[in-house]
Amino acid sequence: MNFDDTPQEAAFRAEAKAWIAANAPKQYEDELRKASLGRVALKGANILEVAKAWQKKKADAGWACLHWPKEYGGRGASPIERVIWQQEEGPFGRLSSMFIIGHGMCGPTMMAFAGEEQKRKYLPPLASGEKIWCQLFSEPAGGSDVAGLRTRAEKQGDEWVINGQKIWTSGAHYSDYGILLTRTDPTVAKHKGLTMFFLDMKSPGVEVRPIKQASGASDFNEVYFTDVRIPDAQRLGNVNDGWNVSLTTLMNERMSIGAGVATGFPELFDFCNSLMLEDGPAIENRAVRSKLASWAVKASGLKYTSMRAISALSKGERPGPENSIGKLVAGSMIQDVATYALDLQGAAGTLSGPEDAEAAGKFQAMLLRAPGTRVEGGTDEIMRNIIAERVLGLPGDIRVDKDVPFNKIPTKGRA
Amino acid sequence: MNFDFSDEQKQMRDEARKFLSEQCPPKAVREVLDGKAPYDKALWKGLAEMGFLGIAIPEQFGGAGAGHLELCVIAEEMGRALAPVPFSSTVYLAAEALLIAGSDAQKQKWLPKIASGDAIGTLALFEGKGNPSPKAVKLTANGGVLNGVKKPVADGAIADFAVVVARTGSSGRESDISLFIVDLKASGVEVKSLTNIDLTRGQAEITFKDTKAEPLGAAGEGWSVITQVLDRAAVLMAFEQVGGADRALEMGRDYALDRIAFGRPIGSFQAVKHMLADMYVSATLARSNCYYGAWALSTNAGELPEAAAAARISATQAFQHCAKNNIQVHGGMGFTWEFDCHMYYRRANAVALGLGSLSYWEDALIDRMRKKNAA
Repeated sequence: MNFDDTPQEAAFRAEAKAWIAANAPKQYEDELRKASLGRVALKGANILEVAKAWQKKKADAGWACLHWPKEYGGRGASPIERVIWQQEEGPFGRLSSMFIIGHGMCGPTMMAFAGEEQKRKYLPPLASGEKIWCQLFSEPAGGSDVAGLRTRAEKQGDEWVINGQKIWTSGAHYSDYGILLTRTDPTVAKHKGLTMFFLDMKSPGVEVRPIKQASGASDFNEVYFTDVRIPDAQRLGNVNDGWNVSLTTLMNERMSIGAGVATGFPELFDFCNSLMLEDGPAIENRAVRSKLASWAVKASGLKYTSMRAISALSKGERPGPENSIGKLVAGSMIQDVATYALDLQGAAGTLSGPEDAEAAGKFQAMLLRAPGTRVEGGTDEIMRNIIAERVLGLPGDIRVDKDVPFNKIPTKGRA
Repeated sequence: MNFDFSDEQKQMRDEARKFLSEQCPPKAVREVLDGKAPYDKALWKGLAEMGFLGIAIPEQFGGAGAGHLELCVIAEEMGRALAPVPFSSTVYLAAEALLIAGSDAQKQKWLPKIASGDAIGTLALFEGKGNPSPKAVKLTANGGVLNGVKKPVADGAIADFAVVVARTGSSGRESDISLFIVDLKASGVEVKSLTNIDLTRGQAEITFKDTKAEPLGAAGEGWSVITQVLDRAAVLMAFEQVGGADRALEMGRDYALDRIAFGRPIGSFQAVKHMLADMYVSATLARSNCYYGAWALSTNAGELPEAAAAARISATQAFQHCAKNNIQVHGGMGFTWEFDCHMYYRRANAVALGLGSLSYWEDALIDRMRKKNAA
């Protein structure tokens, strides 16, 4: 048992480290490092431009989408090399946040279902960040139950005409392309009448509107489709086989092994280390220590769970199911940590302005963002279902709509 | 990076699991639970023959000379099987104290006997309620003679010898504390069995009256040795706890698959599924913390004190969580004597206390993290 690189891994790490040291945009390093939670913002610079420039530089030198084949803009690297790159890229990896959906989900779906010519055309600029992609699955009527989506695609000649609405689309406002899951046959069971496409987000009839979230910020969008026309050549997979195509997409939603999930613990530990309560330093208070210790072992448990997955990759094995716990644990933990940090501040904990609030208001911001963390990318409940069914082998939910034609499924809970 | 056990160590785990499933089925655990025997003597002999009792004891002292990683592997299987034998007292506490502080002659006297299953050892630390603390040690040692009462002493009624924590000074500092080895069969020792929540493992009160004792390690260094012993034992016990947690989770999962209510397996209800998913989460976090503890223990790393506390806390929480919810998944049957669920519940709650309770280790973890932070 050790934490050492193999000689090949060490050589790869040295190469990555040297290239990053020579090329990374170091003027932003401090700001990126501090932006550990929530939004990344750079003073006096457009984050999108900085991110695109860094991605392009990486792509030109062969450090973009490391696990993709070279002909599609990648490096053909092994999974462990990708993890090592992420570790070395460190805070600069936060500049990749707007590419995650495209690289993690859209790209692999294109690789599996697009034609060779399309792959050679669309994938390299996706890898290099010159083009940004988004994923258009969720709808007002289909979140956790995404197969309940209602956006229609109707065939007219060699084209499909799209009408409907998507929601919670990250980055739709700056995306160039998107992959789109639609309903092509409402008279069959819900999973059996779906079809996948990719489209140009600048197509006529596509309208992007930002959502104002409960936190006050806008990270996501609604996307409306009004008679949007997509050539049949941009269909991914067979007609009415979109559910299987989407499973490929979702399976490629690779856990970001090595990058680490935010728990709020390091911030809380630092805060308690400096905070004075009426009877002395917070960190010397028994109740505070007990809380801190419980969160400390969750944070370290997640860290070492991810080390176990990295070890599996290093040996060329598939990581076990352990990593499925990350989002579930971190999501509710960050909410609890934020709530407790405010509790320690007493009435002043309600203040959220950076000048007045303790710790520049970071825990207040964390508290307001946290509910979204427990919902996005699979709610806590869906994550528990996944663990129960895929890891523990418990039966799937009984689905009363499984064999009912989609257009006969009730749409309202109360008449 | 290879943050995992080796193939040989995994093979040893499989061997231990096979051996324990044959030699230590729930029926054997129940012999001790029902008071028919103080511990499973046949199993103890078998563990010696398999080489498990002396796995981490150097060959020159009659052991297998493997290491602490191998001992972690065995510990997990012992916890999984609820082995009703004095393994933790003898191997994690007495043997480790001897390895850290014993003279060559002391090691030569006791370690081969531990490895061969001919001597059971324990640590006599506690004196009534409270967590490990030099201030709580009242038993005195004067001129190699002990006077005082220790309780609870794990496996005290069946132990052949004990490492006894004694007061040799009154300065109010840790250097007041020294360690001694006592042959419990000698005169001046009175042992009384005490009832405890885990009926598969014994607890005792031991009274020392002008008992002759041999110093273990240098005078005044007892507390430093005890701190090291507790850290090592915390990692090893954490593996037992993870083994128990995993087994309790499996029992709950299996029952949820088999039990039908309202016309379907209860494992298809989200209320039950989610409870089991949360048990898996606890057990996984604990296992990963334990691996880090194992790494620190086996390499004698400076990180051991922090890693041990984290493993101990996480594993204590996981075993308690899995054991109680295993009963909940089983419903009424889980609350019967006949089903094995309560044996895991009893063990989980007893081992949560034996090396110092959760609050003690929480305190220790934060102290150790602060020290690291300040450094």
